[in-house]
Amino acid sequence: MALHIVTEDRITPARLLAGRAMVWGGLALLLGVAALQWLDQAGRIDAGFRDWRPTLYAFAAFATLLCWSQVVRRGEMGKRALFVLPAAIFVGAMVVFPLIFGIGIALSDWNLASPTGRQFNGLDNLRQAWNDPFYLNALLNMVWYIAAIAVEYVIAFGLALLLNAQIRGRKFFRVAFLLPLMLSPVAVSWMVGKSMFEPRFGPMARLARSLGWDTPSFFGSPEIARAMIMVMDAWTYIPFMMIMLLAGLQAVPRELSEAARVDGATPWRRFWEVTFPLMLPVSITAILIRIIFKLKLADIVINITAGGPGGATDTVTSFIFREYRDRSNVGYGTMLAFIYLVLIVVAMTGAMKLTDRWTRPHG
Amino acid sequence: MTDGPQIFRDHAVDRAFRPGFVLGRAGIYALLILWAVVCLFPIYWTVTTSFKAAPDVMQGNMIPWVDFEPKRLGWRALGLSPDTIGQVSTVRDEFLKRFWNSVIVSVSASVLATALGAMAAYGLSRFDYRFGPMRNGDIGFFFLSQLILPPVVLALPFLVLYKSLNLLDSRIGLILLYTLTVLPIVIWIMRDQFGAIPTELEEAAMVDGLGIWGAFLTIVLPIAAPGMVAAFILSLVLTWNEYFFAALLTSTHANTLPVMVASQTGSQGISWWSMAALSFAAILPLILIGIVLERYIIKGMAAGAVK
Repeated sequence: MALHIVTEDRITPARLLAGRAMVWGGLALLLGVAALQWLDQAGRIDAGFRDWRPTLYAFAAFATLLCWSQVVRRGEMGKRALFVLPAAIFVGAMVVFPLIFGIGIALSDWNLASPTGRQFNGLDNLRQAWNDPFYLNALLNMVWYIAAIAVEYVIAFGLALLLNAQIRGRKFFRVAFLLPLMLSPVAVSWMVGKSMFEPRFGPMARLARSLGWDTPSFFGSPEIARAMIMVMDAWTYIPFMMIMLLAGLQAVPRELSEAARVDGATPWRRFWEVTFPLMLPVSITAILIRIIFKLKLADIVINITAGGPGGATDTVTSFIFREYRDRSNVGYGTMLAFIYLVLIVVAMTGAMKLTDRWTRPHG
Repeated sequence: MTDGPQIFRDHAVDRAFRPGFVLGRAGIYALLILWAVVCLFPIYWTVTTSFKAAPDVMQGNMIPWVDFEPKRLGWRALGLSPDTIGQVSTVRDEFLKRFWNSVIVSVSASVLATALGAMAAYGLSRFDYRFGPMRNGDIGFFFLSQLILPPVVLALPFLVLYKSLNLLDSRIGLILLYTLTVLPIVIWIMRDQFGAIPTELEEAAMVDGLGIWGAFLTIVLPIAAPGMVAAFILSLVLTWNEYFFAALLTSTHANTLPVMVASQTGSQGISWWSMAALSFAAILPLILIGIVLERYIIKGMAAGAVK
């Protein structure tokens, strides 16, 4: 798909030099301001900086000069680089730098509320995390939460099949099924989790009582509370999987299924031997993206159960959120987050390798 | 066979599998209506609760005018009831401030992410880049791999960084962070869009004397506009509802609506009617967007599902 254009650019040596001067000048400005601020921070000189904003502005100037110099130095080729460069610099500045900075935080004992400030403590946080039953419990909970995606997938597939059938009011049902995804998880936590499932007068408690559960308590016991969080999260995100699967279903060529019908296959076999195998790549994409969203699960846990009862509903994110909110423990919290990141990267790489092998034709 | 004659009235949508043979039409509609109730009842519950008073909540009344007489208690507490709209209301000022924060933050972040993401996706779909050892595929993976990064990993480093940059509790800080979180999704959607546009269009435009940026802005972008709208709407949904970063990084000035909703625990328990009014006001914009722009949202989510 690549666009090949022959361009003629005469870059004079003076222009080349100007371009280089812009890059190095910008870098010098950034490093100079940063060094000045660092000295000021360390108390060596008194330049009167109130915060690190000047360094931020210097970085913005450097980034602008870097983009501009591309055009000056490389002409037409530079203009092409301008498409990707801003996004790359933005992501680099917003992800790579905080991650490196975060490693430093993770290796220190740093409580924002304590007056001692930041103390380097090596791998102590890692050791503490290894012996923290609540963190390990939160990790285990994540496994349960991710396992629940299997059920969500079955429901989403069923709904996609229903929407793909010849029905009236398709548009109405599609909009209705989509709406849960549009709702703020916080509002959902309050109005669904806390109001509808109120054990005394909530409509769900009434329903449960009429079905024979005399003392309904939806967030009292660990197992039921965890299941409730799963149900509410599923409710929000099933539309997402459903839409992806529906798009996949509508791309399945009709002739294949027709041919199977002519050959006398039953609908059940047509589904399992024609439709489902063709849906496998879409299904894997949908499930992988769903897992990525599930790994961020926190809002409804923070708002409904705050991790309780006894940490049964805790996710890693909500646990770290409370670690900061209740104890201002930045160092330990960051270490926990990094452990989580490493586990995710290892697991996701493995999962992608595996699915790659499954979906690729044998041979 | 109920679907026999309908084959001729059916339009282009391919339906490979017909559950009709398994379930029968009544079964299909029963399931569809059941799930529609599951999806819509919480919204109905929120709306009706906002018109209840304490006894109605306690008795669990459900149907207005039959079970209970609708009252404007909740909306009056929020300062949005028509009969008291003229009076001064601190809650309303607070609500409008949070609402405005949410609008500014989510719209700016979505615009920024759509612009940056569309440019990057276009570049990656058209040119061969080489950045050190990284080729196009690697650069694309670099952007998309941000999806795997859970927000909690960035949360505390950003908290410390923003503190020293004096960006805590500021809209700019939230906008930058939200842009980062939705950027991979925009690139994911837009790469598909640009991949489907033939390069001959730009080649023709450039023969006519347009530069590559001119061709991009005047020829390609208008064609890719539906995809950009899809990416924008999806970003808007995600950033409007975002709670985790907003709860961590804002305190008094830049709070968004979800933070305000989450902090409504009064000393005398929860007044469900005002909570419901507030929740409904917070979700209403997205319900409207969902109904009006459903087409685009579906387009955005289906991108990349089908190759």
